[in-house]
Amino acid sequence: MVNSSPNSTLLSADGTPLKKSLSRSLRQQKIRALLLISPLLIFILVAFIMPIVSMLSRSVENDLVSQTLPATVSAIQSWDALSGELPDELVYKAFAQDIQNAAKVKVHTKVALRLNYEKSGIASLFKKTARKAKKWDMETDGPFKEKLIKVHKGWGEVEVWQIIKTHSPRYTSGYFLNAIDMRKTAEGADFQPEDKTILIKLFQRTLVMSLIITFSCILLGYPVAWLLANLPMRQANLLMILVLLPFWTSLLVRTSAWKVMLQQQGVINDILVQLSLVSDDARLIMINNEIGTIVAMTHILLPFMILPMYSVMQTIPPSYLRAAKSLGATNWTAFWRVYFPQSIPGIGAGSILVFILAIGYYITPEIVGGTKGVFISNRIAYHILKSLNWGLAAALGTILLVAVLILYWTYDKIVGIDNVKLGG
Amino acid sequence: MAKDSQAEAFVRFNRVQKSYDGETLVVKDLNLEIPKGEFLTMLGPSGSGKTTCLMMLAGFETATHGDIMLNGVSINNIPPHKRGIGMVFQNYALFPHMTVAENLSFPLEVRKLEKSVREEKVARALDMVEMGGFKGRRPAQLSGGQQQRIALARALVFEPELVLMDEPLGALDKQLREKMQFEITALAHRLGITVVYVTHDQTEALTMSDRVAVFNDGRIQQLATPDQLYEEPENSFVAQFIGENNTLNGVVKELKSDIATVKLDSGDIIDCKPVNVSEVGERTQVSIRPERVELNKSKLPKKAHTLTAEVLEFIYMGDTFRTRLKVAGNEDFIVKTRNSSNQVRLKPGEKVEIGWSPECCRALDA
Repeated sequence: MVNSSPNSTLLSADGTPLKKSLSRSLRQQKIRALLLISPLLIFILVAFIMPIVSMLSRSVENDLVSQTLPATVSAIQSWDALSGELPDELVYKAFAQDIQNAAKVKVHTKVALRLNYEKSGIASLFKKTARKAKKWDMETDGPFKEKLIKVHKGWGEVEVWQIIKTHSPRYTSGYFLNAIDMRKTAEGADFQPEDKTILIKLFQRTLVMSLIITFSCILLGYPVAWLLANLPMRQANLLMILVLLPFWTSLLVRTSAWKVMLQQQGVINDILVQLSLVSDDARLIMINNEIGTIVAMTHILLPFMILPMYSVMQTIPPSYLRAAKSLGATNWTAFWRVYFPQSIPGIGAGSILVFILAIGYYITPEIVGGTKGVFISNRIAYHILKSLNWGLAAALGTILLVAVLILYWTYDKIVGIDNVKLGG
Repeated sequence: MAKDSQAEAFVRFNRVQKSYDGETLVVKDLNLEIPKGEFLTMLGPSGSGKTTCLMMLAGFETATHGDIMLNGVSINNIPPHKRGIGMVFQNYALFPHMTVAENLSFPLEVRKLEKSVREEKVARALDMVEMGGFKGRRPAQLSGGQQQRIALARALVFEPELVLMDEPLGALDKQLREKMQFEITALAHRLGITVVYVTHDQTEALTMSDRVAVFNDGRIQQLATPDQLYEEPENSFVAQFIGENNTLNGVVKELKSDIATVKLDSGDIIDCKPVNVSEVGERTQVSIRPERVELNKSKLPKKAHTLTAEVLEFIYMGDTFRTRLKVAGNEDFIVKTRNSSNQVRLKPGEKVEIGWSPECCRALDA
């Protein structure tokens, strides 16, 4: 090893540069560490990162139209969608060719379903046309403009062609526009008609209710965490078991139990009626609405608030409170000026945890939420399982993810994520 | 006389008892009077009840029985924040989310002093501990010694007449500890405040205090000035606990007013000063300090009893020599001699005659 500047490079005992021999000795360790974590790394990659990425890409992907109707897509580009006139024969011919090909391999139903999200009725239009088009001879049976309009008068509507053109690019913002109660039209983005707006309202409800749940958890959890941190070991352990008990019971069981408690013929209403606080014919409605969701979710998420708060409070020595009192502070001042500020990192950690869990919660709102208490996640599930509009579901999920990241970022700016402590 | 001292006492523990579990007493019948301006140290091994006493005085623990008086008024039912007692805690308990100035300002704010007054007092307290330039720092940005000074300043800033200190120097290294010992005593005397200081470090207790209360087993074993405590321990616990000490066990043979003849278990006869023995035939533990043992027979008074000792070990310590001897069956008998030009250096295996003047050797309880 020749050294151009022997004075500036430190050498190890055998003459190689110190940096090189250091990295060589560390490489072995790094490889071993990597091997140890590799099963988890691969698992996370395959089972977590990849599904998320593929889901996110679905929210903008739109190759169904361009793949199924390639000739139409290229022909329609020269047509001015806002002219108010139908496309010319070239486009109709291209479309006839495309739909014939698609019908042969039976993929036309997919694109029909996709375009049906934009305007109901398109699905049947496609299906009917495909049935007829299978028998056409592309060389002789022209002109196709009249032929198609004869099959279904829908082909004489400018709007149908506008929809095809609007959704011909490989990537679309359509799903995201849908997700915020807008739609993509030939003229550009536009608001959905009044009767179809539901998602913005759901987003708002999800955020507001998650905030309410987070605050209820803070209010209920703080005294418990304080007790946990300050009781003698034996009592604290017992209390800890009570806090953790919900973790050992099935989520479904707990949620269903709330149904039993809160329903109109349920335990709470029965007691209120018996105490004559509520008359029998005016029993409180506490289930299948916002109240049910808030009560049940506060209960379920409470441990996620208590545990971070507890682990922070545990590190606050009791001598601080004593010091404050010896300096002349009343119990309240000592708590508020000395103890509380030091417990804020725990509240922050718990709040982030509870809020993020709440914003994406599905099972509990589904069971006790009725129609007024459901969250955006229930809508996502609906689009994945029932309407099969995965693109919209993906867009909704992406918005949710971004919203959480933005909240996280603002929290970091305001409080500082270094101040968040989950333990120690 | 007794009435006078009661009137003078600034802090008074009157038959105070404390029990945590209702079965054992942590503090048993404590009586203690502290005059104004005194620096009193509570010294004792851990679990001896000294910290409990301090906490009762501060108001964080309640006495199970008895009265604690401050300035002639019983403070049993006064909550800690109304007692106006300054306190320095073991780990300083500086509020980590406040700056140094805010920490010092805290006791003044809760007393609703005006801002200008607060700022002036904070500045004065910081200058007092030579930390004037550290106002804006957080406690975590300070070294242990600096934190110690701030904790001291915070306990003094609202000008309490009584300051309690709970092992405040425990976390510091030896050199810094010695420096702070000096600074704290100097400050306390300059301000004329009364200090109750708790420690388990006897050197600290001896160097800092006007008086030391030695605690053991929930009782004050001896309350005396440092020199009395070292030179005239009243019982064998104090003799063992304070400084280094050689003990020999035996039975009292003869008892006069100022001299007791003790027959050791090995059969040897020695002369001692009777302290805690009252009758002939009583078992006793004889205590003698290592530096009071005489190897030079000519320096002993005439007729003094001597013992034959075998040298087991000779340790050179620079300014002193430590010699471990086997004396009357005790293999841990230490003799400390000064390194002077004519001092003998013993070798292991040698046999020597040792002795002492009877007033240096105290016959205590067995």
